[in-house]
Amino acid sequence: MVEGYIPTSLSDALTELANHPYRLVAGGTDMLVQHHNLKTLPINFKQDVMYIANLSELQGIQEEEEFITIGACEPLESILEHPATPKLLKDTILEMASPAIRHAGTLGGNIANASPAGDSLVPLYLMNAMLEIQSKDRTRRVDIKEFITGVRKIALEPNEIITKIILDKIDFTKATFRKVGPRRSDAISKLSFAGAVTIQDNLVMDFRIAFGSVNITVVRHPEIECQFITKTVQELKQNKEHIVSLYREYIRPIDDQRSNKEYRKQVSLNLLRQFIDTI
Amino acid sequence: MAKITFQLNGKPVQLDTNPNRRLLDVLREDFSLTGVKEGCGEGECGACAVLMNHEIVNSCSVPIANVINKEIVTIEGFSQTHRYDILRNAFEEEGAVQCGFCTPGMMIASESLLNKNANPTEEEIKIGLSGNLCRCTGYNMIIKAIQRAVKDGDGTW
Repeated sequence: MVEGYIPTSLSDALTELANHPYRLVAGGTDMLVQHHNLKTLPINFKQDVMYIANLSELQGIQEEEEFITIGACEPLESILEHPATPKLLKDTILEMASPAIRHAGTLGGNIANASPAGDSLVPLYLMNAMLEIQSKDRTRRVDIKEFITGVRKIALEPNEIITKIILDKIDFTKATFRKVGPRRSDAISKLSFAGAVTIQDNLVMDFRIAFGSVNITVVRHPEIECQFITKTVQELKQNKEHIVSLYREYIRPIDDQRSNKEYRKQVSLNLLRQFIDTI
Repeated sequence: MAKITFQLNGKPVQLDTNPNRRLLDVLREDFSLTGVKEGCGEGECGACAVLMNHEIVNSCSVPIANVINKEIVTIEGFSQTHRYDILRNAFEEEGAVQCGFCTPGMMIASESLLNKNANPTEEEIKIGLSGNLCRCTGYNMIIKAIQRAVKDGDGTW
């Protein structure tokens, strides 16, 4: 029978993980759907699981001078309500799910799930989120884009747990998240988009674009973004179709039950156009 | 097997069970709390909603292992409160109940919303109910019922 281990502390969890492999379960809002079983039977996990949602070391939000640190198992709703949470992340969480899911689901869980349609990943890529990862013997930090390696594939060793998400505090002039789905709550995205810009004295000082659900993971290309740094706002706007053309080759969506590739590509690029228009 | 202790409808409970069970099944099978319904079983319909530490969760998507030391309130526990009486009356008056399958979840969603926001706007009510599906009423009556409960409750939340 598949076992479920409930650690009493982070060190208990890491010690146990060092000796035995477990699949980690945080809020469970996605894991339980993925391992759905016949009514009344236990959840249909394929390997032993460890429940980490209630570990106090993985809770909480700390605000420092230059960054904020979010516990990996802090529920999404608590992140939404916290005054230190960046507005772009709040706007995303509001579109992500219903209150019932947000009270249980966690940011660490959404990252580790590594779905191409994971909504929180889009602003996290845009903000260059760093993850703190712990095992019994070491703590390391990794950029989210290095951590997610493919569709539901992550660079997490079997003895490791994501403990924190670290975000720079950045005061964008404008930052937008847009999600396209059939229902505002509880719908998995057909596609999603985030754009952010910082303007000083009419010059573009920071320009960031990220797309979700249109490739194996979030599409972000700093080498495109940096071409427009120090341009004037007018120059950026005049280059709108050029910018769209630069992203076109990286938008490679698939057909599935939620949408089709033509729609996804067209609407993604339209959201980019709209973002540039509204700067 | 694991020892699971939590508060259920105001009383401490303890059980020795497989931690890989859903809260929904424990409530229905072990405690006969059948006001908690299974609709979609995937967190999309809200029929299985309960309060966990005063906030709505879908019991179909919560493993019992995550419930240790939490306070769970089902519609049966909530029905013992004055707030329930106000909501029930408002749902009746506004015609917010037809087949009734979604109603326990709708009542739990209403309480979770009003507990945090005693005077919600219509948009905030819609967000509060956004995880609960109703195939009969078309939602307008449920929204009106919550607005009526706020008025009838007169400071209850």
